[in-house]
Amino acid sequence: MRHGKYRFLAGALIVPLTLYGVFVLSPYLQAFQLAFTDWNGVSDQPRSVGFGNFARLWDDPLFLAGLRNNGLMLLVVPLAVIALALALAAGTKGTRVYRVVYFFPQLLSVAIIAVLWQFVYTPNSGLLNGALSAVGLDSWRRSWLAEPDLALWSVMAVMIWSSVGFYVVLFSAAMESVPDDIMEAAAIDGAGPVTVFRRITLPLIWESVQVGWIYLGIAALDGFALVQIMTVGPGGPDNSTEVMGLGLYRTAFTFGKFGYASAMGVAIFFLTLSIAVLLLRVTKRERVELA
Amino acid sequence: MMNLTRRSALAGVAAVAASTGLAACATAGGGDDDKVKQGDTSAENPLGVSADAALEVVIFKGGYGDQYAIDAGTSLKQKFPKVAVDHKGIQGVGEVLQPRFVADSPPDVVDNSGAGRLDLATLVSAGKLTDLTSLLDAPSLDDPGKKFRDTLMPGVIEDGTFDGKPLVLNYSSVLWGVWYSKSLFAKHGWVFPKTWDEMLTLNDEIKKAGLAPWTWQGKYPEYLNDPLMSLAAKAGGFDLVKSIDNLQPGAWQSPAVLAAAEAIYQLGARGHILAGSEGLSHTEAQNAWCKGQVAFIPCGSWLEGEQQAVTPAGFDMVMGTVPALTGSDKLPNGAVMAASSESFIVPAKAKNVPGGLEFLRHLFSQKVARGFAESAKALPVVTGATDGLTLSSGLGSVAEAVKAAGPNVFSYKFRTWYAPLSKALDDATGELATKRINPQQWAERVQKAADAVAKDSSIVKHQR
Repeated sequence: MRHGKYRFLAGALIVPLTLYGVFVLSPYLQAFQLAFTDWNGVSDQPRSVGFGNFARLWDDPLFLAGLRNNGLMLLVVPLAVIALALALAAGTKGTRVYRVVYFFPQLLSVAIIAVLWQFVYTPNSGLLNGALSAVGLDSWRRSWLAEPDLALWSVMAVMIWSSVGFYVVLFSAAMESVPDDIMEAAAIDGAGPVTVFRRITLPLIWESVQVGWIYLGIAALDGFALVQIMTVGPGGPDNSTEVMGLGLYRTAFTFGKFGYASAMGVAIFFLTLSIAVLLLRVTKRERVELA
Repeated sequence: MMNLTRRSALAGVAAVAASTGLAACATAGGGDDDKVKQGDTSAENPLGVSADAALEVVIFKGGYGDQYAIDAGTSLKQKFPKVAVDHKGIQGVGEVLQPRFVADSPPDVVDNSGAGRLDLATLVSAGKLTDLTSLLDAPSLDDPGKKFRDTLMPGVIEDGTFDGKPLVLNYSSVLWGVWYSKSLFAKHGWVFPKTWDEMLTLNDEIKKAGLAPWTWQGKYPEYLNDPLMSLAAKAGGFDLVKSIDNLQPGAWQSPAVLAAAEAIYQLGARGHILAGSEGLSHTEAQNAWCKGQVAFIPCGSWLEGEQQAVTPAGFDMVMGTVPALTGSDKLPNGAVMAASSESFIVPAKAKNVPGGLEFLRHLFSQKVARGFAESAKALPVVTGATDGLTLSSGLGSVAEAVKAAGPNVFSYKFRTWYAPLSKALDDATGELATKRINPQQWAERVQKAADAVAKDSSIVKHQR
């Protein structure tokens, strides 16, 4: 009988595993291999260049600009999203209507979000400048996506807007699983709402917050789709919104350097992996078991 | 999440390493044993097409459609009824064909155009294209006394020549200029300027009339490079164009280029550009212009077709050639930047190379080219193809500009040859138009980028 079970398991797994191997693992492996060549995308004889591609990364101004901007996004986006999502989740406890509203952006594809926000930001007929004029703040009107000092912040605002909803729902669900009697006990002991949140709620939902850090950290290292669709250039003005993913795409499909682009991909892979591990470490806390 | 430990991550990596057998297929090549041999050549069949070989044609079906290529196939079949023409009109040519080029089993004719096309310079340096000399020297379809090469507009063969080898033939002629509405200008009594000084004076007048003189497609800064580089070419002549393309040291800081940058900078400095243009997409900028909020917009000759749906009746858009930069320009007034697009290639590893070449001979015939002008509303590169046709206002002005320019047609190659330099130029020009850098800084930046390309041994160099 046991024999039959394994055969059944193997039979059930073989198709998904093969698909995974062909469409996920194999491209990854090929990228690792191509990273050490000068493959141009069409040649059948790529030459090996050793670690040359990786050495290039360190004085490629576009890649470094991407690294810098992704770094800033990594500092700002997860923190802002988690803070906002916690505040909104705590503030709208029990009112489901708001949660549906917050979750809305999650239902839109990122391409649609980018196009919508491009219209919001567009200088002459855009919603944002129009709203500023409507409340008499004409001097605040800007070319939001076309000024180097503002462009990346404008993109980050969209990133935050589009991801907050998901975490509101995630944190709300976690908060609902915190037993009421603990809250009541704390209230009886004289703890105010802020203390309850800091000392009771947050530690008890920490696992969800930790998940949030990691997901958002990975998302902050991407940003390709928003930047590609929304920004001047794209990646501009003057590379102020350049992200590593965009640099990789351009290097491969515009510059025809697939080998070098693969090296970028490998670098991003290890960077993302390290940051995920790092975030796991620094956000590690004692796990509280709820009976 | 607690379960994701370093150990399980390492296990994952080990599993990845264990399956290395899956690697090494992106770049595997194929053989070419099943090639169609060249048949006997004759006056009727100068390229030696074998009468019953299949022919696979892949066409980019974009703004121009693909009817003209279907017509070419029909024309070929009239002569070789047994040839089976497999026509495919697609988008995303690069995605579809890249694996086939890698595997060396490409189609016989490709229109490598549109967003997501394959990088031509890469195809060239990888030796993936057939030399088209035999086609160019073959008699043309319409007049056996005339060689194929003599039926094309000036510059077309050069556009597709890489290091002395003709490898690409472009089908549609594109000119770049400054567009305006004839009716708007008539209403105000404005006349399209002949020199840049006149342009700046007229701009002041336009401003007084309450219109913005210029706008540009700021989201894609390359649109403003076209007038800038046109001005530079006019002042510096063909030698300057060559020195830029050949990455000569200091070419970008030569007086002509600096003066051209200064000319564009003045548009920004004098407030001649519609506020916010730097943040507008091409659609937004072009629509503002079509609504009559702006007098001038720089663009290529596709503008009329692109704006068809939103252009008001009686707008009568026309393209003016970029004015002269100085009184002592090297090129005469009327000289124009022109290139051709819709790049047709015959892959070197195509199964039926003679058939592919013959297809092009039919494609570039008078009848097919005429049909293209009518259906695609664009100028084919075949001389005389639009004679006798009634052209729309925009296309008519483009045809006029071609005639007026005569041999004074120029185009830069560095955009195709050195994509990283283009990118640096676009970035710099975006900054120049918004006055964040001045013309000297602009020239310094672009020169630095050109020098970097020249030094980079991983980029294949070309000469003209």
